[in-house]
Amino acid sequence: MSDLLFVRDHIQPPLPAPHRTSGVVLWLRTNLFSSVPSTIVTILAVLFLYWIIPPLYGFLIGDAVFSDPEGLRGEACRFEGVGACWVMIQGRWNTIIYGFFPNSELWRINLMFVIAIVLLVPMLVPKAPFGRTAALLFFLVFPVVAFILMSGGILGLRQVPTAQWGGLTLTLIISVIGITVSMPLGIFLALGRQSKLPIIKGFCVGFIEVWRAVPLITVLFMASVMFPLFTPQGVTPDTLLRAIIGIVLFESAYMAEVVRGGLQAIPRGQFEASSALGLSKVKTMVFVVLPQALKHVIPGIVNTFIALFKDTSLVTIIGLFELLNTVRSAARDVNWSSPTSDITGYVFAGFMFWIFCFGMSRYSIYMEGRLHTGHKR
Amino acid sequence: MTAGVQTRREQASAIINDPKFRGLVYQALLLVAVVALFWWLGNNAATNLARQNKATGFSFLNSAAGFEIGFTLLPYDRASSYMQVFLVGITNTLLVAVIGIAIATVLGFVMGVARLSKNFLIRTGATIYIEVVRNTPLLLQLFFWYFLSLNALPSVRQSIVFGDFVLNQRGFSFPMPILDDSFVWVAVIGVLALLAGFFWRRFALRRSEESGNRYPVWLPVMGIFIVPTAVAFVLSGTEVTFDAPALQGFNYRGGFTAPPELTALMMGLVIYTAAFIAEIVRAGIQSVSYGQTEAAAALGIKEGDRLRLVIIPQAMRVIVPPLTSQYLNLTKNSSLGAAIGFPELVSVFAGTALNQSGRAVEIIGMTMLVYLVISLVTSVFMNWYNARVALVQR
Repeated sequence: MSDLLFVRDHIQPPLPAPHRTSGVVLWLRTNLFSSVPSTIVTILAVLFLYWIIPPLYGFLIGDAVFSDPEGLRGEACRFEGVGACWVMIQGRWNTIIYGFFPNSELWRINLMFVIAIVLLVPMLVPKAPFGRTAALLFFLVFPVVAFILMSGGILGLRQVPTAQWGGLTLTLIISVIGITVSMPLGIFLALGRQSKLPIIKGFCVGFIEVWRAVPLITVLFMASVMFPLFTPQGVTPDTLLRAIIGIVLFESAYMAEVVRGGLQAIPRGQFEASSALGLSKVKTMVFVVLPQALKHVIPGIVNTFIALFKDTSLVTIIGLFELLNTVRSAARDVNWSSPTSDITGYVFAGFMFWIFCFGMSRYSIYMEGRLHTGHKR
Repeated sequence: MTAGVQTRREQASAIINDPKFRGLVYQALLLVAVVALFWWLGNNAATNLARQNKATGFSFLNSAAGFEIGFTLLPYDRASSYMQVFLVGITNTLLVAVIGIAIATVLGFVMGVARLSKNFLIRTGATIYIEVVRNTPLLLQLFFWYFLSLNALPSVRQSIVFGDFVLNQRGFSFPMPILDDSFVWVAVIGVLALLAGFFWRRFALRRSEESGNRYPVWLPVMGIFIVPTAVAFVLSGTEVTFDAPALQGFNYRGGFTAPPELTALMMGLVIYTAAFIAEIVRAGIQSVSYGQTEAAAALGIKEGDRLRLVIIPQAMRVIVPPLTSQYLNLTKNSSLGAAIGFPELVSVFAGTALNQSGRAVEIIGMTMLVYLVISLVTSVFMNWYNARVALVQR
C-alpha cells in the first residue's frame, strides 16, 4: 500500500518563462498571421486597403477644395480631377443647419438649441443633479418654448411659417417630436395589446399590425394626399404637421412592439406581489411593472429612436427640406454645382446622420450597463 | 331598517367597482370613439370629394392609364389599364424583393461571420462596414448609389465589357437564354428528379438514424438530379441559344438590361439590409454557448458535422425570426425606389397613377393592402417555423 504513495523529495525545476504574452509580434501572430488561410486573407485585405485608401484620401482631403479666397463659389470646384467640394458645405452652411429661416432670426434657433442642451445634459448624464426637473422641463415646458421660438407670431417675435423651417433643425424637430409623442402612445398600445378586454385588444392589435406592415413612404404619401380629404372643409393641415402625424402613427406601432417585449418579460409574481401590497392596477403599472419593463427594452427603444431619426429623411419625398434635402438642393444650386458637389453633399449628410445615430447607440450601450441592477454573469 | 339602504348603497358602489362592468364601459367608450372618428373622417371625405366633383369607386381600374413605364416584366404599353399598372408595380416590387433578399442573405452571413473572425483586419473591416451602413439613412445611400451609377460609370461608347456582360450609364446588360419548346420536357424531368432526390435524402437520413451508420446524402442526390436531367437534355434535342447584348448604333440591344435605377436600388437595399443581417447572424452564433462545441467534440462528432448538426441548427432558432423581419423590411424599403425613379408599386401606382386618376383613397388603400398581405403571409410562415423549431421541453 505504501508503495502507491508518492512523496516528492526534490523540488521540480521551474518551467521556462513563456515566450511572449504581450507585445507587437505576438499580437501580429495571433491577429493577422495565425494560420495559412488567415495570412492569405490578411495579404488580400492589405492589398484592398492599398487599392482603396489613396483614392479615398485624394477625394476627401488631398484633391478636395477647402477654401475659396476669391469668392468663386462653385467655380472653385469646376476643374479636372477635383476632390470633395467642401467649399459648398461652408458656403451653404446656414441653409444646411437652419433651413430657410430668416437670417435676422437665427438667434431664436440657436437659443432653442442652447436650452435643449442645457436640459439634456442633466437628463442624460446619470450623476448630474436636477435630472428629474430637467426631464420634466424638457418634455412639458420646452416644447412650448421651442414652438414659440420657431414659429413666432407672439411676444413681438416675427412669424416664420413652417415652409421656411429646414435643414438639420427640421430633422431634429421632427425626430424629437416623433420620439416624445410615439413613446407614450406606444406604451398605451402595448398595454392595450396585453389587455383582457377583447375590443381594446383587437383595436390595438389591428392598429399595430397595419402600421407595421406598410412602408413609411406610403404612410407619408397617405398623410400628404389623404389628410386634406379627411379634415373638415376649410381646414388644410400644414405639410409639416401631416408628415409628423404620419411618422408618429407609424413609429408608435414599432414602439408598442418593443414595449410589449418588455412587458412580457415581467414575471406574474410582480403583479401578484403588488396587488398583495394593495396597489391599484394603475399604480402597479406605473410603479412596478413599467419601470422594470422599460429598463429591459432600452436597447430596443434606442434602436427605434435611431430608425426614426434615419426615417425623418423620407420627408424629402413629400417635399420638406430636412437635412438630406437641403444638402441635395445646395449641391443642385447653380452657384454651387460642380462635378463633385452631389457626392460631397451625400458624404457630409451621411456623416451628420452617422454622428447622431452612432452617438445614440453608444449611449444606449453605456446606459444598459449602468441600469443593469440585477446580477451579472 | 337601515340595512336595506346600506345594501342598496353597497350595490351601487359594487357596480362601479365591478371589473366586468368597468371593462364593458371602457370597451363601449373605445368603440363609440373609433366609430365616431371614422364616421367623422368618412363624412369629411364625402363632402370634400363631392365639393371637388371627384368620382369614387374602383371603376377607374379598367380605364387606360396613358403613361409609359420605364421597366416592366409584364407586357405593358400606354393603352394598358390602371389594373395593369398595379400588377406591373407589384411584379417589379417582388422582383427587387426576391433578388435583394437572396443577395443580402449571402452578404449578411459572410459579414456576420467576418465580424467574429480571428483576423484583425477582417473583423475591423466588417465592423466598420456594419457601423457605417446601419447608422446612415437608406434614402441617402440610395441617392448615393444612384448618383454613382449615373455618373461614375462610363458612357455607352466606353462601356465596361466583360464577355457578354456590359456595364455602362444606361444600365447593366447581360445575355438571356432563349429556350425552345422541347425544353419543357427537360424541366419536367428535372423537377421529378429533384423530388426523387428529396425522397432519397429523407430515406437516407432515416436509415442512418435507425442503423447508426452514415448513409451518403449529397453525392447521390446530385447524381439523381443531374443524370436524368442531362439525359433528357440530350435526348430531347433542346437547343439553348443566348441573346447577347450587342452594340447597335448608340446603344446596346438584346439580352436583358437592368436600368441604373434598378442597379442602384438593388445595391442600396442589399448593402443596407446585409449590415442588419450580419448583426443578427453574429448574435445567433454567439448565442450558442461554447459548451455545445465542447460537448459535440467529446461525443466524437467531426468538425464539419459539429457546425452543421449542432451549432447551426441552434443558431438558426435565434437567427430566423429577426431574419424574416429583415426580409420584410427589405420588401417594404424597396418602396424607396420611388425616390430614385424605379417603377415599383409605390412609384407607379401610388405616385403616377394617383396623380393622373386622383383616386387617392382607393389607390392608397390598395397599395397598403398589398404590403399588408405580404406581411401577413410572412407572419404565417414565421408562426409555422417557430412552432417547428421550438424547443421541445421535457
